[in-house]
Amino acid sequence: MPAVQDTIDRVRKIDVDQYKYGFQTEIAMDKAPKGLSEDIIRFISAKKDEPSWMLEWRLEAYRRWVTLDEPKWARVHYPKIDFQDLYYYAAPKSTPGPTSLSDVDPELLRVYEKLGIPLREQEILAGVQKTDASELEEASDNVYKSGRVAVDAVFDSVSVVTTFKKELAQAGVIFCSISEAIREHPDLVKKYLGSVVPTSDNFYATLNSAVFTDGSFVFVPKGVRCPMELSTYFRMNEKNTGQFERTLIIAEEGAYVSYLEGCTAPQRDENQLHAAVVELIALDDAEIKYSTVQNWYPGDAEGKGGIYNFVTKRGDCRGHRSKISWTQVETGSAITWKYPSCILRGDDSSGEFYSIAVSNGYQQVDSGTKMIHLGKNTSSRIISKGIAAGFSQNTYRGQVSAHRKATNARNFTNCDSLLIGDQCGAHTVPYMEAKNATAQFEHEATTSKISEDQKFYVMQRGIPEEEAIALIVNGFVKDVIQQLPMEFAVEAQKLIGISLEGSVG
Amino acid sequence: MLEIRNLHARIVDDGTEIIRGLNLTVKAGEVAAIMGPNGSGKSTLSYILAGREDYEVTEGDILYNGRSILEMDPAERATSGIFLAFQYPMEIPGVATMEFLKVAMNEQRKARGEEPLKIPEFLKRVKDAAALLDMDMAMLKRPLNVGFSGGEKKRAEILQMKLLEPKLCVLDETDSGLDIDALKIVSEGVNALRAPDRAIVIITHYQRLLQYIVPDSVHVLYRGQVVKSGDKSLALDLEANGYAGVIGQAA
Ligand SMILES: Nc1ncnc2c1ncn2[C@@H]1O[C@H](COP(=O)(O)OP(=O)(O)O)[C@@H](O)[C@H]1O
Ligand SMILES: [Mg+2]
Repeated sequence: MPAVQDTIDRVRKIDVDQYKYGFQTEIAMDKAPKGLSEDIIRFISAKKDEPSWMLEWRLEAYRRWVTLDEPKWARVHYPKIDFQDLYYYAAPKSTPGPTSLSDVDPELLRVYEKLGIPLREQEILAGVQKTDASELEEASDNVYKSGRVAVDAVFDSVSVVTTFKKELAQAGVIFCSISEAIREHPDLVKKYLGSVVPTSDNFYATLNSAVFTDGSFVFVPKGVRCPMELSTYFRMNEKNTGQFERTLIIAEEGAYVSYLEGCTAPQRDENQLHAAVVELIALDDAEIKYSTVQNWYPGDAEGKGGIYNFVTKRGDCRGHRSKISWTQVETGSAITWKYPSCILRGDDSSGEFYSIAVSNGYQQVDSGTKMIHLGKNTSSRIISKGIAAGFSQNTYRGQVSAHRKATNARNFTNCDSLLIGDQCGAHTVPYMEAKNATAQFEHEATTSKISEDQKFYVMQRGIPEEEAIALIVNGFVKDVIQQLPMEFAVEAQKLIGISLEGSVG
Repeated sequence: MLEIRNLHARIVDDGTEIIRGLNLTVKAGEVAAIMGPNGSGKSTLSYILAGREDYEVTEGDILYNGRSILEMDPAERATSGIFLAFQYPMEIPGVATMEFLKVAMNEQRKARGEEPLKIPEFLKRVKDAAALLDMDMAMLKRPLNVGFSGGEKKRAEILQMKLLEPKLCVLDETDSGLDIDALKIVSEGVNALRAPDRAIVIITHYQRLLQYIVPDSVHVLYRGQVVKSGDKSLALDLEANGYAGVIGQAA
């Protein structure tokens, strides 16, 4: 509780425009020249000391990418991106690969502090561990109980600090930056990288494959329950650098892991591009829970600036009885193009997608999921809550399909949209396709406006208008909030409140 | 404490005038009953007191402790001590009643410059108030008013009123939907709030509730005006003879 409250207070104090994380850090940066070419890719690969197979993989992706066109089907509009006008590599100039806190640039630690987000993580970075029972008791007011989170922080492009590595290693869990994994665990990377999202998958994924600079790697071996939540905080800092993380998570037979991703980026006038790829692989009886809280800079009140977020996230339930669950709280970015998906390949496997997407100002969200049923007796569940305010457009796009051999595929989809004001829009675009007659797909969708009656009632109890709306909205998204790890639930609720500020009046 | 002067108000959407030159004064410590047939404007008056934006005041004023409240929004009026127990309380899906109580109490404290309540103190207050109203704590974990019976909703309104400790309480048809046992419990709850520095306005169209909460004054509202005022005997008179006589005089 204290940590979370602290963060919220801190976030509130950093009052730059509406966006609470809008500041820029002066750290010496090491970066590649602008633009994209085979030479730039060679530069990135060399900087990262990569083996030649990795360079080849990147170059192949690049050669394919130059033949592709940007997709146009999403309900988002933006000026054409000049991909030659971006920097593709920027690393903080600091001792490379710090292993202890004292190796970390103090300015960097101050950034984390200013961010206010990684609260506990900061404590953990500082080596403070919460074991005090009384403190935990105080925290039990539905905040966090575990108090243990391992962090892999991505500052622009390079993973800076990885904590708790030792304890994880004892359990046999590998949690490190993808660059390190490429060097230290090449066999695992070779085996799984691109096996869920192939380099040819789509325009942004292909671009990412060519230029990805960092990201996280998690490997949980057979039978191991990862002893703590794993967490990454992404933050974009350098002007005009696209951020292209690559995350790969593998849970072997019977393994379990819960992974939290938090994102934030400083405020800027120009738009920043972000195109990440996340691949999850669950073998027999394994379970992966992946949670995201995304609050990147959404642009200013006139719609200027903000992050373009074009992300490919996909999980492969490769083994029988495996399970992958995506939970996302999306409040930031000027444009969101994101469809965390599950391939239900193993028999009796299951996939879940729980989503809250809040848009305000001139934000455009086109997000949803794909559940692809391939194995027998597979099931999927989709709960999507879209909240649109201001002049924003909020689209849920979902696809559920059952393959010819997928007998007894089951899906339940519930998509609710809530409108605040009458200048915004909510759209639902579901695709359903069953090639097997035994499939049972259920779809429910509602769109409602925030009711004046409810707002009046809540305000009559002394709750000011913006808080009243936040309260009603948080009630509306309750089903999804409950899916978040405790650590994130409270923070997510506050974020939803913050991102709706200025939606009335 | 409350002084309504020649109030005229209409529905913003279609301009229909509902309140047509209403005068009413309620003093601190007083319990006033407002009676009148269905559709006479009782609920509308309560909404206007609480600051609902669907209505527009075109003439007259509402003074609360000597100051006009017309410019205040509903939350400001609430934190200044005005509470409305709704005839039809709203459902708030996904928001546990307890959570709602905590937010409301702490927002009001914040507006008054007080610290938020500590969890144990908050819990104690809720438990005590719920016990008095014979309410189950398990119910308070459920989303506010969602799936509550009519009677449960009314009790939940009184629970909120007790916990928020308002200075001007307006109860709109709190008796409807209550069986006799519940009516007694709720009435006791209201009577316990009677205090020299608090005014209570009870809107009802039956005499029944007034047997349990005995009013100091009774006012008959008809077509957006107070057409007759008197003491508690007026309520008995209305019960015996109906509204026709009073209304006839006014017309
Ligand atoms: N928002 C509104 N829109 C349309 N008609 C309304 C509205 N509010 C009140 N009225 C009308 O005003 C009259 C008074 O209603 P109300 O105040 O609810 O009466 P009471 O509570 O005394 O039964 C009724 O005819 C009702 O239909
Ligand atoms: Mg009424």
